[in-house]
Amino acid sequence: MKVHLDTEIDKLKRSILILSSMVEEAVRNAVVAVTERDGEKALRVIENDNAIDRKEIEIEEECLKILALHQPVAGDLRYVVTCMKVNNELERIGDLGESIAKRACFIAKHPGTENVVDFKPMMDIARNMLKGALDSLIYMNEDLAREVINRDDSVDKFRRDIFKELKKNIKKDPEKVSYYLNLMNVSRHLERIADCATNICEDIIYMIKGDIVRHNGLGNAKQETFFDDPEQAD
Amino acid sequence: MINHNGDKVKISVRNLNFYYGDHQALFDNTLDILENRVTAVIGPSGCGKSTHLRSLNRIYELYREQRTEGEIILDNENILDKSVDVLELRRKVGMIFQKPTPFPMPVFDNVAYGLKLHFKLNRKEIAERVEKALRGASLWEEVKDKLKKSGMALSGGQQQRLCIARAIATQPEVLLMDEPTSAIDPVGTLKIEELIEELKEKFTIVIVTHNMQQAARISDNTAFFYKGKIVEYDKTEKIFTSPEKKQTEDYITGRFG
Repeated sequence: MKVHLDTEIDKLKRSILILSSMVEEAVRNAVVAVTERDGEKALRVIENDNAIDRKEIEIEEECLKILALHQPVAGDLRYVVTCMKVNNELERIGDLGESIAKRACFIAKHPGTENVVDFKPMMDIARNMLKGALDSLIYMNEDLAREVINRDDSVDKFRRDIFKELKKNIKKDPEKVSYYLNLMNVSRHLERIADCATNICEDIIYMIKGDIVRHNGLGNAKQETFFDDPEQAD
Repeated sequence: MINHNGDKVKISVRNLNFYYGDHQALFDNTLDILENRVTAVIGPSGCGKSTHLRSLNRIYELYREQRTEGEIILDNENILDKSVDVLELRRKVGMIFQKPTPFPMPVFDNVAYGLKLHFKLNRKEIAERVEKALRGASLWEEVKDKLKKSGMALSGGQQQRLCIARAIATQPEVLLMDEPTSAIDPVGTLKIEELIEELKEKFTIVIVTHNMQQAARISDNTAFFYKGKIVEYDKTEKIFTSPEKKQTEDYITGRFG
């Protein structure tokens, strides 16, 4: 009985790894498409999102099958439930990658605009957070998961700074407002990717320790929204 | 008695040791069994879970060479004390066994037997109590027209519910169940599990089970026994989602035992 469950869990682990690499690649390509103004690359990201969606459904079905047929408990139960939640987050990250790619398409179509924002530092942190989240899942590394959660604030700060910068540009050059809004959206999507990576890490801590650390478990996890950002209020 | 969580404790087991002759089967068992709750006892074969259960109404005394040390406090009285009336103790603490054990007599008499032993009642009162017990065991509707038929003629699940009716007829306070559904088909098992859920309103229930899902489904608290020791005792949902001890985790996930 145990052998069957272990086999199913190994299979699930492999599926999550495949989805992780698909999502990581989508985000990487979307980000490159923005910085290099590469419309072709952006289109490929958009096309590939269907494959991510299909994989997500496949993983959910695997999880449901394990729950129904093996009724796992304790660590096994936490593993399967965490995979279900991580699966959702990964799919959402895939969608955010697609959204960034759509912005990249727009940006690529407006060659006259200069690169007013350097996304690279923000992109690097968001992508590293995603990578850290996936590594902590693979290696069951609680410390790494906590480290990733703590990095989320710096991404939020980047987003605020970029918004500030872009608002100045909009005031200066209102004709290019839609271009600047697209850039704002890129930074918003990157911030959401970092949030999803944080969610994954919170789920992983639950899987390892059995403690729910969402919302206030870490003592500093107050969720900042677009609307209560003081920078947005003015 | 109230424990530190504010729960009412029905039975408080303190430093219980159990010996089969020279062989020690239980080591320093300490746990509080809460009133009107279902406490499941799980663990691999030979871990002492049935022995622990059998200590709670001193049924082990039917065998020579078996003895206990320590205390089992039921309603402020140490039931291991020599002065305790064992017959009254076993009325208060009823027991249901693995295999249904109906007496070879009619259904009605099976339930009336204990009543006649413990109480002085007239025929009308006995009939009322028998019906009440059979209703309490969710069996009345199925047997009301065959009360004179032998209890042995019922199905396995019905026989087990008959034994439950027999146990609750004498108005016990605690029900000990030693793998009560292991010889019963899934439908009969479901009925007994539903019955346990109803019974806990009136009784404190301790159930030994090999069926992990059953423990998870029906119990409020779970004790995991291994080699005569209580490895972990906690709320059932805690045991089955994130147990503290690795041994518990390994057992309930099927990695040993």
